[in-house]
Amino acid sequence: MSDYDTFQTEYATYTGPWLLRLYIAGQSSKSTTAMTNLRRICEEHLAGHFCIEVIDLLEKPQLAEGDKVIAIPTVVRKLPEPLRKIIGDLSDTEKALIGLQLKQKPTAP
Amino acid sequence: MTMTHAANEVVLKMPVGIAGFDQIADGGIPKGRTTLLAGTAGSGKTIFALQFLVNGIQQFNENGVIVTFEESPDDLARNVESLGWDIRRYVAEGRVAMVDASPEPGETVCEAGPYDLTALLARIEHAVSKVKASRVILDSVGAIFPQFADSNVVRRELHRVVSGMRHLGVTSLITIERVHEYGEIARFGVEEFVADNVIILRNPLEQEKRRRTIEILKFRGTTHQKGEYPFTIDPTTGVTIIPLSAIELKQKSSNIRISSGNADFDKMCGGGLFRDSIILVSGATGTGKTLMVSHFMKAGIEAGHRVILFAFEENREQLVRNATSWGVDFESAEQQGLLRIICRYPETMGLEDHLIQIQREIDRFRPVAIAIDSLSALERVSTIKSFREFVIALTSFIKHREIAGMFTNTSTMLMGGETITETHISTITDSIVLLRYVELQGNMHRAITVLKMRGSWHDKQIREYMVTDSGMEIAGTFRGIGGILTGSITYTLGEEREYLERMFSAGA
Repeated sequence: MSDYDTFQTEYATYTGPWLLRLYIAGQSSKSTTAMTNLRRICEEHLAGHFCIEVIDLLEKPQLAEGDKVIAIPTVVRKLPEPLRKIIGDLSDTEKALIGLQLKQKPTAP
Repeated sequence: MTMTHAANEVVLKMPVGIAGFDQIADGGIPKGRTTLLAGTAGSGKTIFALQFLVNGIQQFNENGVIVTFEESPDDLARNVESLGWDIRRYVAEGRVAMVDASPEPGETVCEAGPYDLTALLARIEHAVSKVKASRVILDSVGAIFPQFADSNVVRRELHRVVSGMRHLGVTSLITIERVHEYGEIARFGVEEFVADNVIILRNPLEQEKRRRTIEILKFRGTTHQKGEYPFTIDPTTGVTIIPLSAIELKQKSSNIRISSGNADFDKMCGGGLFRDSIILVSGATGTGKTLMVSHFMKAGIEAGHRVILFAFEENREQLVRNATSWGVDFESAEQQGLLRIICRYPETMGLEDHLIQIQREIDRFRPVAIAIDSLSALERVSTIKSFREFVIALTSFIKHREIAGMFTNTSTMLMGGETITETHISTITDSIVLLRYVELQGNMHRAITVLKMRGSWHDKQIREYMVTDSGMEIAGTFRGIGGILTGSITYTLGEEREYLERMFSAGA
């Protein structure tokens, strides 16, 4: 099952409060790493309450205009609001969690 | 063809369509390449770049892509509306595509791992193919750096964007801010990835005046004119460059003469002024320069020609009243559509703008003759260098149009002396007439002489003239005195002079 198909099923059954959009460019290593990392993070922290929409800009560059995406990979947190953007392949889990606001920024003791 | 890259590849040019620029660029910017346009804040980068794009649509039927990093597309379109550039309409007509890469206000971007700017390149490629663009502008790339933590990544990625655009075959202009007028080319080391072609716009303060200049620093593999050229940004036409050394000195040199408005003076000039020549009338205040101008205008009007008087010293009412007292009716000539009087304070704008205005009036009214009273008033508002450039550009323009011009110069000293205008522009004008005060035995007299008259015989005598109700009356020569032009009169004994004259004429 391709990612696009996975997305289609997920989107159709989506009820939870988290909607994430991941912009990638073909099968570049950064793109595939980002997909794997995002899925892992969501399953660990948001099991059952998320939906990931994957947009391949090599196929649909016109879709990047709406979110004004410049960098690849980019995750756009559409829901819950406010909108947030996280760029990079999400290999820095700590920063990815902070960016998605799944974790507070560590405060100085 | 298997050749991947030829060192001696011919670089073609793409015309920018900006008046003067294509002249100094020997045809335009390198076609199919990226050119860096660097300048300080307010130096006119965005307008120049947009003009390149808009001219592509209006003059060359070439579509374009605008990539904006700083302003939103809406702001950008609004800012250039006053120039008559309807970007939104071009977008609607599919002639311009916008790529909005400006930061969203208040948006936080978190970096979690390695990334690249493939999305930017993909969007540019998409926009180029959507409108079949030949011209692309990126304005201004400096604004993208603060959006990312690692400048090295941005530089590397912009380099990829530049090679991507080259691959697409588009001609592009990238604008970038620089901090100082002279020194480092651009901020963020941008010149490292577009080092081949660099244009610099400057806007330095010189004697409390802003003086805009443009310099083509380099074009790889192709030619261009070197050095700084003054330019101006006009609120209706945008950027205009005044290419001085690039001005073609192809003077057709007419033999047709027109009257100066004074029969005696015409005689001194060998039968009148040439129709495509410039005459400089130089003299102290009150010697009758404006009088000569009024009669020059009158002669044109009476011959049924259109004429323009540009006045920088006196206002309309004064000019009309003075002319009336000399029997010249300016008001009815204006009503007949033969005369235009344009009065402006020199201080209202820079010389470059004065030049553009004068050129525009001339092209609109198409006169046979013009007068500028006085040129030296304009000298006050500029540096010597830009004044000289102004006069060269103006003279070459009116010669091109085959117009006769009478310029006046007010000398600062009552007797003798020379001025900047005389020193700096005497080589540019075709004829020079000096009006001087002469003090003789406690009385003030006035003297006139034709110092030079290119391509014609002229009277070499210094003659006395009187300013009367009917105008200027030229009389005989001064006898027995010398040193009128220097202001220090010496008397020569009549007998001795006659003796000397006899001695030389005897040999002839």
